[in-house]
Amino acid sequence: MSNWDISKIDSWKSAQFPLGAVIPAGGNSDDYVTGGWRSERPERSIEKCTDCLICWIFCPDTAIRVADEKLADDWVDLDHCKGCGVCANECPVEAITMVPEGCEIREAK
Amino acid sequence: MQLTEIRWHARAGQGAVTAAKLVAETALEQNRYMQAMPEYGPERMGAPIKAFTRISAEPIDIHCNIENPDIVIVLDESLLDVVDVIEGIVEGGTVIINSCEPPEMMRKVLGMVGGNVACVDASGIALDTIKRDIPNTPMIGALAKVTGVVDLEAVKGLLVKTFGKKFGQDIIDANLTSVIRSFEEVNVA
Amino acid sequence: MTEKRTVAATGNVVVAEAFRQCAPDVVAAYPITPQTTIVEEFAKFVAQGRVHTEYVTVESEHSAMSACVGASAAGARVMTATASQGLALMWEELHIASGMRLPIVMANANRALSAPINIHCDHGDAMGARDAGWVMLFAESAQEAYDNTIISLKVAEDPQVLLPVLTCLDGFITTHSIERVDLLDDETVESFVGEYEPQNALLDLDNPVTHGAFAGLGGPFFEFKRAQRDAMDRSKAVIERESAAFSKITERPFGLIETFMMDDADVAIVIIGSASGNARHVARELRSEGVKAGVVKVRCFRPFPGAEIVSALRGVKAVAVLDRAESFGAQGGPLFLETRSAMYDAAERVPLVSYIYGLGGSDVRLELVREVYTDLSDIVAGGSVPDSLVYLGSR
Repeated sequence: MSNWDISKIDSWKSAQFPLGAVIPAGGNSDDYVTGGWRSERPERSIEKCTDCLICWIFCPDTAIRVADEKLADDWVDLDHCKGCGVCANECPVEAITMVPEGCEIREAK
Repeated sequence: MQLTEIRWHARAGQGAVTAAKLVAETALEQNRYMQAMPEYGPERMGAPIKAFTRISAEPIDIHCNIENPDIVIVLDESLLDVVDVIEGIVEGGTVIINSCEPPEMMRKVLGMVGGNVACVDASGIALDTIKRDIPNTPMIGALAKVTGVVDLEAVKGLLVKTFGKKFGQDIIDANLTSVIRSFEEVNVA
Repeated sequence: MTEKRTVAATGNVVVAEAFRQCAPDVVAAYPITPQTTIVEEFAKFVAQGRVHTEYVTVESEHSAMSACVGASAAGARVMTATASQGLALMWEELHIASGMRLPIVMANANRALSAPINIHCDHGDAMGARDAGWVMLFAESAQEAYDNTIISLKVAEDPQVLLPVLTCLDGFITTHSIERVDLLDDETVESFVGEYEPQNALLDLDNPVTHGAFAGLGGPFFEFKRAQRDAMDRSKAVIERESAAFSKITERPFGLIETFMMDDADVAIVIIGSASGNARHVARELRSEGVKAGVVKVRCFRPFPGAEIVSALRGVKAVAVLDRAESFGAQGGPLFLETRSAMYDAAERVPLVSYIYGLGGSDVRLELVREVYTDLSDIVAGGSVPDSLVYLGSR
């Protein structure tokens, strides 16, 4: 969460919006949940994965999580992964496959 | 002093705009209001051009070409064949021409009845003094003598001030001499 | 103590001087006739170290205004200049600058738009930008061009406004004519315009912001536009306040409109720019002939001083609105449309006639102005009002 509270944006008057349509704080793209755009999700085979982190490098949404120079246990940030499949395509050992999305997707904000 | 309107006729490159500007600046030195504007178009060296100067004791309101000049200054007598230089000139107006001919003859050439016609060999004076055929500065000396619209001392003062920034004493002196000589040598009919 | 210098100089030279005295952080500009000598003179000041401005040479006006937008968003004080086709090429960035609320000041040397190609004065370029969200001032003379430039910056950067300002001067007539101009000293201008404190500067690394974000369907785009309208409305009071402060220093008047012999006028001309003096000159002559003629000069076009014009025209029996710009297919020139719209609120119904004049530098001879007053006097005497606009002096 950034320090710009937009929870009541729908009730703001014209004069309450920031000057010139700026977003007056940094880091708030995190607040924007894009996981709802996804129809397929990446799944990883622990056996095949070598922790080369190529998926982490290629992910266009920085949705791959890393801990201690290895993929983290919850390695995909499903709030922001759009299911593009770039990670599966780039994985050199075919450890990632795209599977159809189930029903546990968070509502997009 | 009432509004005085001057129209300059020259060929592009002869320094009419500079002269119109010098006269305007001299008027400012004499704490008067003025305008100086060229009739702009594409640059065409040698083409006939016009420039304008207005001088007044009061602020000048109008922004339009001068169609009824009090004074017409012709920097190149060959223009008389191609341009009607006295077009719209006021009754009793003055024409000053850069020419070695006597003013009586020029009056006939122009077909002018009243007013004043003056001639000065500004090119000759320029060649003698500045060493180049740039007749614009000498013509201001003649203007001062014939019309009194600018003061000779003010013209000299301005030349020293303007040229002093850029040129050496010899060039300043040459220009001063050219102005003084044309002031003295201009003939009126 | 304010030290004043009186010079014989062209409009462009004194606008460049005003730029230098305002000390912009960035100037990004592309030369175009008749604006060229503004940027030429200013570039010389930069080269001489007389102003510490980042002078960005660009490959087009589109790039010039883009660079200005970027620099202004970064937090810089930004000024530039253009004319005609150059202003037209900036079209999309004009709206971006105002939408992003960037206080850029741009001088415009009014020049006709092609085709046919023409380098001389009319207001077609500036009037084409009249709905771009810029405050717009018009100068009659080199003196006003200088004064307007300095006032523009102060208005643009006011926290109540934060809008770009277009400060217009007539191509050649004002840009290239030498006139008598009183200049202020650098310290006076510096202290008048003050230090610029940008809001939401991109280069403020401690307070990161995003400029140029999306506000699409269902988003607050509509509300942002309303905020822009509100800022433009507020700018009127700011222009009045700052011009009054400036007038105090210079002892020169500045009004959103400036009236001449309007107190008891029967016939009046409403006009913008360098030909205003021609109208005053003729009105003065007509007064001595017993005709009660007056002039309303519009110095600020955006925000439009409608109420002021209505008040100035009270009691007038016939009005001519002179436009140095076309609005093809409309019911008159741009100034006419605004004026007649404002006059709908007037207590009495007054005949108004739209005149188009001086396009492409066509000379505004005094007898043409006299013709307008004669037409008006005929209307007052019971003559009919023309049912369409009049091309003044056209063959």
